[in-house]
Amino acid sequence: MSLDQALQTFFAESRELLQQMEEMLLFLESSPEDNEAINAVFRAAHTIKGSAGMFGLDFIVKFTHTVENLLDKVRDGEVRITSDLVAELLQCRDHIEDLVEHAHGGGEELAADKHSRGEQLGTSLLRFFPGALVKSAEKAAPRQVTEAAAKLESSGGGEVASDTWHISLRFGRDVLRQGMDPLSFIRYLATLGEITSLTTLPDALPGAEEMDAESCYLGFEISFRSAADKKTIEDVFEFVRDDCEIHILPPGSKLAEFVALIKSLPEEEALLGEILVASGALTQNELEQGLKNQSQVDAPLGEILVEQHCVPQPVVDAALEKQKQGKDAKSQEARFVRVHADKLDELINLVGELVIAGASANLLARRTKDGAMMEATSVVSGLVEEIRDGALKLRMVEIGETFSRFQRVVRDVSKELGKDIGLEISGADTELDKTVVEKIGDPLMHLVRNSMDHGIEVAELRLQRGKPAKGTLQLNAFHDSGSIVIEVSDDGGGLSRERILRKALERGLIAEGQNLSDSEVFNLIFEPGFSTAEQVTNLSGRGVGMDVVRRNIQALRGTVDIDSEEGVGTTTRIRLPLTLAIIDGFLVGVSASSFVIPLDMVVECIELSEADRRAAAERNYISLRGQVLPYLRLRDLFDVSGTVARRENVVVVQYAGQKVGLVVDELLGEFQTVIKPLGRVFRNLKGIAGSTILGTGEVALILDVQSMIRMVSGKAEKGLVA
Amino acid sequence: MPIRVEQENGQVRLYPEGEMSIYCAAELKDALIAGMQGGAEIEINLSGVSEMDTAGFQLLLLAKREAAKQGKPLRLVAHSPATLDVLDLYNMGSYFGDPVFLTRQGGAA
Repeated sequence: MSLDQALQTFFAESRELLQQMEEMLLFLESSPEDNEAINAVFRAAHTIKGSAGMFGLDFIVKFTHTVENLLDKVRDGEVRITSDLVAELLQCRDHIEDLVEHAHGGGEELAADKHSRGEQLGTSLLRFFPGALVKSAEKAAPRQVTEAAAKLESSGGGEVASDTWHISLRFGRDVLRQGMDPLSFIRYLATLGEITSLTTLPDALPGAEEMDAESCYLGFEISFRSAADKKTIEDVFEFVRDDCEIHILPPGSKLAEFVALIKSLPEEEALLGEILVASGALTQNELEQGLKNQSQVDAPLGEILVEQHCVPQPVVDAALEKQKQGKDAKSQEARFVRVHADKLDELINLVGELVIAGASANLLARRTKDGAMMEATSVVSGLVEEIRDGALKLRMVEIGETFSRFQRVVRDVSKELGKDIGLEISGADTELDKTVVEKIGDPLMHLVRNSMDHGIEVAELRLQRGKPAKGTLQLNAFHDSGSIVIEVSDDGGGLSRERILRKALERGLIAEGQNLSDSEVFNLIFEPGFSTAEQVTNLSGRGVGMDVVRRNIQALRGTVDIDSEEGVGTTTRIRLPLTLAIIDGFLVGVSASSFVIPLDMVVECIELSEADRRAAAERNYISLRGQVLPYLRLRDLFDVSGTVARRENVVVVQYAGQKVGLVVDELLGEFQTVIKPLGRVFRNLKGIAGSTILGTGEVALILDVQSMIRMVSGKAEKGLVA
Repeated sequence: MPIRVEQENGQVRLYPEGEMSIYCAAELKDALIAGMQGGAEIEINLSGVSEMDTAGFQLLLLAKREAAKQGKPLRLVAHSPATLDVLDLYNMGSYFGDPVFLTRQGGAA
């Protein structure tokens, strides 16, 4: 794995960790005593810092270090979790995210604003450190507060104070015979920087009889100060790399990492103390005390040191935790494979081709009327279908991750609004296509904010209405016949039918005396520029948004509608197709050409009556049970050659509440359609959304109903006026 | 490489000379171990050592360890610049615990 790839992995992992960190912080807000959660937050910060250090992303290391220190205090029980602290930590998390994104963008130096934001947060964190609080209460000079924090930082033992690399060397037995001398490597190393301390470990040296004078038995623990990067330092030992055990820890590594290192080395654990002395974490006295105790009681050195309060428990815990985590991570890795999204897309594409090829094989087999052949192809198409479903499932992800992001949103927004609102999530394990998940975030965000801002009333009003003071927002997801339904519900004031109607009349969206069903009325709020909010807040109410929400959802071939009861609450229901790659289509024919209309837009099919046909020359609408139905002849629109069929049919399609008739020759029935995007050349083509290949190998165009409706309704209005 | 051995009042003085390196390490090892049997106190005079490598250094470690096993004190004295260099680099002066500072100045000069 190259460094660049490793870096990408770092970014991906950091995002996951930050996500986890946020979840856990929010969880801590309600149950501040949960040690698991505290540990998880700490681990996230710790891992990000550690990895960032490996890539030399110093600005991340620097900021995260402060946060980690504070978290360490929290784990120690020295600092208690308060909602104030959680709020602060959330901001810190956001800042870390900023920094990681900054690094992702390839940024080297931090912009001044980010830098000062970091400083500001860092200073603001100081007040949470124990001791600092008292001092600031006494209105001590800020310098003193800083000092208190700085002192605590070094005693926290989170990180080794030194700014040196730590190098562990265990030379192979044969290096001397091969003409290489550890001396020369160490001399060379010294040219790259300053060896601040070196411990020679002679313990592997056997007794006089067994000792081979030509073998090398030495090991070294070296602290090394240098500006060189890890690779340069590694390269020093290039010639002996194969025979030797070499561990290099970068500056600022955690004590836990040292402990882990020691565990991995061949020497006995008793050496742990020696190394801790060498790395400056323990004094010789503390070590001797620990060793003395060890000879008395047969306990591991680590425990004794902790008992003696020489090393804080977290240091040892961190080491153990780290090992455990390593194991967990490995077993997780075994269950998941990271696959590039492009590879999946390619696979789905191929499966699409397979479906088409399978259909054509089927067709041919049926033509041959060979029973065995037909049976074989039907087995194949059965398998192909399974593969198709399986491949599509690969892209499916649980919506839970998207949902849980809203915990934070709800928390922040309710604070901002001064309302007490809880979020309930259900159906988090409902799966849907990854591309859909990515695109649904923004519309959902809008709906959630809207519900919180306009839907849920302020506490007094709620109590007056006999509801609990705390408002509830629900996110729910479930599968429903080939589509996924996502609901955003609140137990707020609901929509006022009267107010919407009044507003709609004002804006000329509806005519006086028009009879509308509840849902038709509620759907009016998706019209552009429609807002019934009495006051405009900075969250919503400006009348932009709901129409954007609807447009975004429609772009995903989804629908959105609203259920509401005044005074009880509102539910916004988004219905989305499970996947964007395959749709249920309705196949129609015009002369020899075939077209596919997305089935969910087809309302009904009627025969074009003789009278209408005759009238067609003069006007471009027909009467559908007394209603005006503008229509479009596909034959004319696409200039299809061939004689007009004796009988024509009208497919009534509906989209966004508008109905249009499409005149075709033949109705060929339902057809599962693998969507193939059109090339760039056809990008500006109106009325066509894509293409698909029929079993016969012929191409059928998929109609873009949305744009056709726009085309037709414009024309029809003109026609009516004229 | 021969090791000159002097014995006096139960004290044995060893004078390794020339190179203490991998080329003669095996030979030296036997000579050192044998020489150490000659007294209850051991002194290794390093003034004649012109060159030392890791193999040679390991022999000093071995000698120190063996002496301790036999309950005999072992001193390194009159370190030559070559030996001091190695002891310094390996930071093992304190391991042997011998006063070396006087000669160190000589070595540095």
